[in-house]
Amino acid sequence: MATIVVQRPKLAWHEKWFISTFAKGMKLTLGHAIKNLLLLIGRKPKTTMEYPEQKWDLNLPDYYRGAPALVTDEHDRERCVSCQLCEFICPPKAIKIIPGEIPGDDPWAKVEKRPKVFEIDMIRCIYCGMCEEVCPEQAIYLRKDYAITGTSRAEMLHDKERLYEIGGKRVGLVNKWNELK
Amino acid sequence: MTGIFSSIDVAFLIASVAKIVFLTFLVILPMVAYSVYAERRFSAIIQDRVGPNRVGIPLTLFGFKKDLQILGIGGLLQPMADGLKFLLKEDFTPGHVNKFYYWLAPCLTMVPALLTCAVMPFGSELDLSWFGATQPIKGVIADLNVGPLYMFAISSLGVYGIVIAGWASNSKYPFLGGVRASSQMISYEISLGLSIIPVLMIFGELNLSKMSAFQDANGWLLLPFWGDSAPWSNGGNFSRWLLLIPLGISFVVFTVSMFAETNRTPFDLAECETELVAGYHTEYSSMKFALFFLGEYAAMIIGSGLAVTLFLGGWSIPFAPLLSELTGLQFHFIPGDTPLYTGVLHIVTFFAKVFACILFFIWVRWTLPRFRFDQLMALGWKVFFELALLNVILTAAILIWFPMK
Repeated sequence: MATIVVQRPKLAWHEKWFISTFAKGMKLTLGHAIKNLLLLIGRKPKTTMEYPEQKWDLNLPDYYRGAPALVTDEHDRERCVSCQLCEFICPPKAIKIIPGEIPGDDPWAKVEKRPKVFEIDMIRCIYCGMCEEVCPEQAIYLRKDYAITGTSRAEMLHDKERLYEIGGKRVGLVNKWNELK
Repeated sequence: MTGIFSSIDVAFLIASVAKIVFLTFLVILPMVAYSVYAERRFSAIIQDRVGPNRVGIPLTLFGFKKDLQILGIGGLLQPMADGLKFLLKEDFTPGHVNKFYYWLAPCLTMVPALLTCAVMPFGSELDLSWFGATQPIKGVIADLNVGPLYMFAISSLGVYGIVIAGWASNSKYPFLGGVRASSQMISYEISLGLSIIPVLMIFGELNLSKMSAFQDANGWLLLPFWGDSAPWSNGGNFSRWLLLIPLGISFVVFTVSMFAETNRTPFDLAECETELVAGYHTEYSSMKFALFFLGEYAAMIIGSGLAVTLFLGGWSIPFAPLLSELTGLQFHFIPGDTPLYTGVLHIVTFFAKVFACILFFIWVRWTLPRFRFDQLMALGWKVFFELALLNVILTAAILIWFPMK
């Protein structure tokens, strides 16, 4: 095994006794302090974005993982077929689905199932995106909403209606259920 | 019965109580709170951040958006919010601690720090003859003739708080923190005590208010440019200027020992969070933790106060006699004949100096990394101890061969 001898810097006595190094450090921090104090007085802190007033929403990248939500297709059909894959893969077990049958007289009867209850507990959700990845119907997406807050546990439980409200409509992804293929 | 009551000087009693309330509750405690705030803001600007800038009382001038932005620094009510938070937090006592000592320790940290401010001369004299006072009121609670000795005696009790906290917590990190703190504080007590001996030799005096008065008349120890200290006004005696050498060494040793004594970075090995979680106060929460925190800052304020009194002229205004000559107003202290505005100005000067010292403490904390424990001990025992001793001899030699005027 090759031995690497690390070259330690040769210090002068005043460096060894923290005299010149101390002065250098103090000068550096004071420089930063004065620079930032002047920026603060001018009310333009450069490195900090003051959150509730300034938001970075416009700079969110495309791959940003925010709150998961359900989407409908171009015919306003619920994409979710309640296969429960997301429920099973969800690491913190935040998703709860109760499947329901689509009645025979429904135009989308051949899809057979849709969720009766679809709940995501946003207190548990870790925004990992596994549900989006596993979904065979491309029905669940992570949106860019990140400030999910509530004053009670019940408020943090996103039900089906809320999930569709966040998710909205997505077109032209899966066409297998459409008549005109 | 009447004999006892007639022997009590009521005016003195009232003045003392007023001074105690003024100094502890109106100055030291708010100063502690605001030095925490200053620490947070100063560290923020050093690290290119903004810091806590938006606490205020809604619908007032201190309100949210229209907060008083003094130089762009908002959030001036942050200390109140912090205090409220500490009071409302759960005061949790772990099951494995020794209850009695666990409760005693925070008080033992806070109380000595506040006790020492009794001998701190925070002002010269307040001439309250307008309000019917017959004598000017001294700017010190207890005008002891053993000021620095009293201070060291009481402030060294602070180590018990930390040791007992570490011991009573009955868990390994607090224990290690307590052990470290005790050895560190006891070691640095020696160099702290020895470092001020040259100062006492020069003053020939152990009364802190008389030291301040001396410096007011004859130049600060580290700024000997007026009165009997300057060669142009004392007939060419350079003794005070020569004494700047031992006094400089003395000041450096004193300041560094003060850092170690108050457990501040770069010597905060007692609560070194990278090794010991939070050191001796790991098991503490809520107001008990806050007492440790306040005790540390109060000790810092008292330490700065002592440094200011001994080396930087206490309450005296720099170049006061020269200023008085120039302006015609009286800026220097004359016993029994100091106008009210000068008395007030002296108090303001003292606390301004103390605050500058605290800012220096904070500045150092956010600049230097922590020392290793053996380095700390080596510095205390192998360098400062000897340096302080030699310094005493050097001062004595200078005083013998170049006597002061």
